[in-house]
Amino acid sequence: MGEFKVHRVRFFDYMPSAIRAMAFNHRTERLAVARSDGAVEIFNFTDSYYQEKVIPGRDGRAVEALCWVGQRLFSAGLNGEITEYDLENLRPQYIVEAYGGPIWTISCNSQGTHLAVGCEDGTVKLFEILKEKIQFQRNLDRQKSRIISLCWHPSGAQIAAGMMDMIKIFDTETGRATHRLLVERGVGTSKTREVVVWSVAFLSDNTIVSGDSAGKVQIWDGSMGTLVRTHLVTKWDVLALSVSQDESSLIAGTSEGTVVQFQFLSSTVDRQDPEWVRTRTFKSHSHDVRALVLTDTAVVSGGMDTQLSVRPLLDKVEKNTQEAAQRKIAFPHRNLVSCAKKAGLLLFQFPDHLELWRLGESDGNGKPGDSLPLKRKPEKLLQLKRKGEDHICCSAVSPCGGWLVYSTVSSVRLYKLQYSNNSVSITKVSKLPRELQSVHQLCFSADSSRLFAASSQSSVVVVALNQLECKYLQTLRHKSGSRQPVHLLFPSEDGRWLATANTDCQIHVYNLQKMKLHCAVPVHSSCPTAIAIHPTSSRLVSVHADQQIFEFSLLQQEYTEWSRKLQKQGLHSVWLKRDTPVTSVGFSPRNPTHILLNDTFMFCIIDQSLPLPESRTLLLNQTVLRSLPGPERARQSHAFKICKNFQNVLSVALLDDLSLAVVERPLLDVMAQLPAPVRQKKFAT
Amino acid sequence: MVEHGDIRVVHRGGSKIDFREPAITNDSRFLLCASGECVKVFSTSTEECIHDLRGHTDLVTGVLLRPSNHLQVYSCSVDGTVRLWDFTDGILIKTYVIGCPIYSIYASADHEGVIFIVIPMLSDKRSELFQLAAVSLPQSGDQLVEARELSAVLSNVSSNPAAIAFGRGGEYIASAKGLQLEVFFFKKQKSYKFFLKEDNKKGGLNTFTCVACHPKNDCIATGHEDGKIRLWRNFNQQKEYTYSTLHWHHNAVSSLRFTPEGTNLLSGGVESVLVQWRYNQESQRDFLPRLGAAITHIAVSPDGALFCTSHSDNKITIIQSCVKVSAVLQGLVKGESVRTDLMVDPRSKALVLNGKPGHLQFYSLQRDKLLYNLDIVQQEYIHELGLEQFEVVKAAFDASGTWLATVEERKQKSAELEINLKLWAFDEQTQSFVLNTTISAPHEARITAMCFRQATDSQTTMLVSTSTDGHFKAWQLVAPAHTEDEGPSWSCDFVGTYRGLVPKCCCFSADSSLLAVSFQEVVTVWSPTSWELLTTLSQPPGAIRDLCFGRLSCSKYLLGFTTKDLLCCWNLLTCSLEWSTSMDISLLLADPLSENMAAFCCQAGCTDLFVFKPSEPRPLFSQKAVCSGTVTRAVFAPREKMLESCEESSQWLNRSQLHFLTQHMDLMTFTTKAEDDRLMASSKQLVIDDSVAMTPFYLLLGKHRHQQQESQDPVSSLSAERTPLPQGSVAVKELLQSPAHVLPSTSFLCSMFVQSLLISITDPREANKNAEEEMESEKEEEDSEEEMEASTSRPGQATVSGQSAECAAPTPALSKAQARELRRVKKLDRSWLAGLLDF
Repeated sequence: MGEFKVHRVRFFDYMPSAIRAMAFNHRTERLAVARSDGAVEIFNFTDSYYQEKVIPGRDGRAVEALCWVGQRLFSAGLNGEITEYDLENLRPQYIVEAYGGPIWTISCNSQGTHLAVGCEDGTVKLFEILKEKIQFQRNLDRQKSRIISLCWHPSGAQIAAGMMDMIKIFDTETGRATHRLLVERGVGTSKTREVVVWSVAFLSDNTIVSGDSAGKVQIWDGSMGTLVRTHLVTKWDVLALSVSQDESSLIAGTSEGTVVQFQFLSSTVDRQDPEWVRTRTFKSHSHDVRALVLTDTAVVSGGMDTQLSVRPLLDKVEKNTQEAAQRKIAFPHRNLVSCAKKAGLLLFQFPDHLELWRLGESDGNGKPGDSLPLKRKPEKLLQLKRKGEDHICCSAVSPCGGWLVYSTVSSVRLYKLQYSNNSVSITKVSKLPRELQSVHQLCFSADSSRLFAASSQSSVVVVALNQLECKYLQTLRHKSGSRQPVHLLFPSEDGRWLATANTDCQIHVYNLQKMKLHCAVPVHSSCPTAIAIHPTSSRLVSVHADQQIFEFSLLQQEYTEWSRKLQKQGLHSVWLKRDTPVTSVGFSPRNPTHILLNDTFMFCIIDQSLPLPESRTLLLNQTVLRSLPGPERARQSHAFKICKNFQNVLSVALLDDLSLAVVERPLLDVMAQLPAPVRQKKFAT
Repeated sequence: MVEHGDIRVVHRGGSKIDFREPAITNDSRFLLCASGECVKVFSTSTEECIHDLRGHTDLVTGVLLRPSNHLQVYSCSVDGTVRLWDFTDGILIKTYVIGCPIYSIYASADHEGVIFIVIPMLSDKRSELFQLAAVSLPQSGDQLVEARELSAVLSNVSSNPAAIAFGRGGEYIASAKGLQLEVFFFKKQKSYKFFLKEDNKKGGLNTFTCVACHPKNDCIATGHEDGKIRLWRNFNQQKEYTYSTLHWHHNAVSSLRFTPEGTNLLSGGVESVLVQWRYNQESQRDFLPRLGAAITHIAVSPDGALFCTSHSDNKITIIQSCVKVSAVLQGLVKGESVRTDLMVDPRSKALVLNGKPGHLQFYSLQRDKLLYNLDIVQQEYIHELGLEQFEVVKAAFDASGTWLATVEERKQKSAELEINLKLWAFDEQTQSFVLNTTISAPHEARITAMCFRQATDSQTTMLVSTSTDGHFKAWQLVAPAHTEDEGPSWSCDFVGTYRGLVPKCCCFSADSSLLAVSFQEVVTVWSPTSWELLTTLSQPPGAIRDLCFGRLSCSKYLLGFTTKDLLCCWNLLTCSLEWSTSMDISLLLADPLSENMAAFCCQAGCTDLFVFKPSEPRPLFSQKAVCSGTVTRAVFAPREKMLESCEESSQWLNRSQLHFLTQHMDLMTFTTKAEDDRLMASSKQLVIDDSVAMTPFYLLLGKHRHQQQESQDPVSSLSAERTPLPQGSVAVKELLQSPAHVLPSTSFLCSMFVQSLLISITDPREANKNAEEEMESEKEEEDSEEEMEASTSRPGQATVSGQSAECAAPTPALSKAQARELRRVKKLDRSWLAGLLDF
């Protein structure tokens, strides 16, 4: 497999932020997730839950609710603004002030014509959705207390609004409240505290379901305004509700981290009087479940513990398939670490600052598995706070370590770094070309002489860097017409090629010498998650969200022999069952047939010279191989050499001195930084 | 009478009453439970066993009320029959012969004339696979009916009766086995199977343990190994079924039951807590804790007023509306093993053995009733798996029953063995044992044997204990040295060793003049008065496993058996080996009332019994394959009444009865045919006239009613003659002799008492007679008339009234109406008179 000196980096204190709101677009199967720092992430559920897009947040813009209207995504927050996002340029498109104080909720009717927002001042405001903008239409009857939750009746004629201590039903034609449903306060000490209706759902048979801070899920008859059933679900709050599209099932998320499912079932087989019965309980979270989506096949939940959990409903999916496995998405699918391979520096990207670290050094030698004594400890060279209110969306350090660049939604900043013994001096490059705007991805060429920036409409801006100035060279464009953002950039080490991948699943390769498009790799149905070009043989390796691996020869402009063999034979089922995408691809200069891959749970070397694993052989055979004698070992070994020594890997980079820098972020460390969960009685404590 | 000496091994006394779920009758007055080879009918109010339904020849495996007639009950047994009983009279109505062992029985009101039984898949009795079969019971007038028309409903079911349940209106039947739940719909003739994964990520086991179906809704509740309860719904399709999970139990749920209206779900398990879940509001639950032992079955009366829970310590608790334990039926407590020997308390003749954890139980074999539990350890028992707690491991009585010695020990991991020797004196006043002396750490290692000296002179009582620490110690009761206020206590008198060998067992001879202690291969004989080593006997190779002196005329013999399967008999007069034979003996014991000795031999997985006299070479009795497995505990219990058996092979059972515990903790005994017949006859006699429970209360009240009836009869025929005097005096006697706490209220008794006094003064005049009638409670008037009508249907009483009518013939006849009129007039008269007096 080859031996490496490994830097196990555990000083990247990356802390994902809590999930605040989610919205699922049933037509395109995209899930929008809003985090408490204001960032919005788009997951593609048809493509192995890949995190396609990330719209960075901004200080003071806390998203409280999300809403899809067709392909458009709206959000509202406690700053009182309604935002529509530009999903092609990954930035807010426009912001509308609602003038009603903080907005708690936003909801769109099923016809997609109107948005309703619930405001702190007790008004429900209706906005008409127009092309390219929204326009205020009217206020519904103003209430005394804040509107916490809203739900439209599927016909669009009524709105149920959850407030403090009550639910009101509004007629959208007249704007009058037609019913007032009083929600009982909790028992015991919380009797004096008013109850918050955190979530309501309005079903087409005029049933209203509410979840409140007293831990109840209540079923109301919306046409008569009467309470039908009360289900006491938890001692704490019921924070979120979600109803399936066919209205046969609903889920409620609680502060205890549980998700409770209710189903609309008949009491006996032959009778037709279904009622809502509490059925399953899922416990996927340790903290509050703040956001919930019930898709046709799965329960998607997120909350304070920052993880997105996708739990398939086993009665809706085929058993033992890829769909039936539970997933937890804890870390972003893009790289937050950039590595200066020559200088041995790591740049960590946080939403509000950057950290530059120098890796430790050791001159010791040891057996495989030993930990070596450190000659020099790893050292934080630099902490760079960002300017402005927008969060950092991407950053890069040049391979030589001399340049550092980061970008927010509004601006790009380039710095020059100079090292003298123990001190680092940083100078901002003041004059940047105008073309460097709206950048989603940044990287430097291998010789650090050029900066590539992925810009709007899948274009790449090339900027030349030298000691004195930075000069705009050219904008590389392709002709496919895709406007989706580029999420991966890879300049080849020999400086000939630049490969880009966008969320339309396209991979384009530019010839940097001719500064024009060289070729487009045939489009695979799944989005590429990592791409790399071999330093010597000009072969492009791409790994996709569905775990497929392709190797494309840039010179012949066709898939290589190995890639075709791989596709013909198919990948091993254990490989395909992995649930985190491969986030980086690299090559070993020592052995040109080796491809280095990693995802969150493993590090893998694919040896192209060895035979591919048969479907019935063991994929994870490293420990077995070690125990075998030489000739037998050679016979049993196959191309996939997988190492699972590392857990929660954020990034793996091969430095120029052939040592690996593995950045780990143990999940337990993340958990330790979370606030304490609600107290629960545990058995035998 | 020709004695037929065939001796059977039977369950008699102390059999399990928690083996199967009991049945509660519709009026909640009786509780029927399978107990060994019979079905016991208990009164739910008085806890008394009213009668045994005898007839099965093997273990009864199920009791079920007949759905179409609530006064009849089905019972099924391993003997391959289903019997239908009238449980109020204890009459066997019908016997259906199925022909293969039956493990449980189910029926539903909607399946008329069909019962469902669980039988082995193959005819082989040892088969591990079971199937559920429907048997349509043939309509026939005969008592013995062959019902061999079986149709399989479900194959591969669990033999556990709790794992199968009928659904709403008998439309479907649910069966759980392993990790699979199968629901069979009778209308569609289609079954659906649902599977669970073997365990979840947290290590909980999903194996099904029990099933219950909601009586009104389509909802199946299943209990699981990890303590979860799942409520299954929408199970009429293979895919979109759903379930919710309830979790309170921390260990396997052993029983689930819905109340008849389906408003509550009851569950129980090893926690010994009855949990009541509200259906559809499962977060609200009620608990009835501290029920004493793990719950094995739950039964609910048809009106839902009574619950009853069976417990693993052979107990049935009757609970009123989930709040109050109203009655406890306690059988012989059986743990997983008996550490003490079986003993007979010389005073109460009760069987004494380990009972509840840390207790000794005193069980009356004659009355088949637990007398009391003696708390030896006197520490709280904690219900937790794998927790080492003090256990009573040895116990011994002295010959008169005034002293009881117990040994308790606890071995915790990484801790030293803790041993306590306790000596208990019988207190005449409280009629129980009182702790006299506690000796902590009497030996440095485990005590292997302990016996009292059968003292002929009562002032010196001695206890000898042997231990693996290489010593045997003699303990003696000594008067306290200084203080007078303390009574005598026990202290060590002598410590003996023999060449550093480890003693194994000890035994006193019948006259207590010799003590034999075995040290591996060597038997040493000591004089307990002078502690001098008299002689050593040895029969190498093989260490001695147990020793036993002969009794009565054979007391010169000492018997012992070795690890090399050798049974030796030494003559102590000659100090030589009398005889020896090669036998793999597991247990040797002597009958204290005769010369007989019993030896249990283990051979090829079965146990054989030999009964012999040490002086005779030929065994008196031998039986092959008494039971499977080894027998390590047995006892000769003296009979209350000697049997008059002259058959040679059964003579050894005349004075005492041999009880033994099998590997599966079943208490078995040997019975002769004559004894069997007598029992059957007596159970027939016991049939009581009415459906009234046979309680002391009844005896009083029933007689009174009876008497009243008879006193009515003369009225109807207008006889001047009173019923004879003795009956009245019987009532008085009973009134005076019955304990006060079982008597009815004084106001009630008063009228009866006065009445009985009045009877003694016989007055021929009608008026007087009527006046006396008045003195009976007036509201009983209608009752008594009803009874008069009813009495015509009873032939026995009809003849009585006929007789009385005959003797009353000479007196002039008055019609009933006239008599009533007369009475009314008299009543009016009296009230008026009373008013006048008041004035």
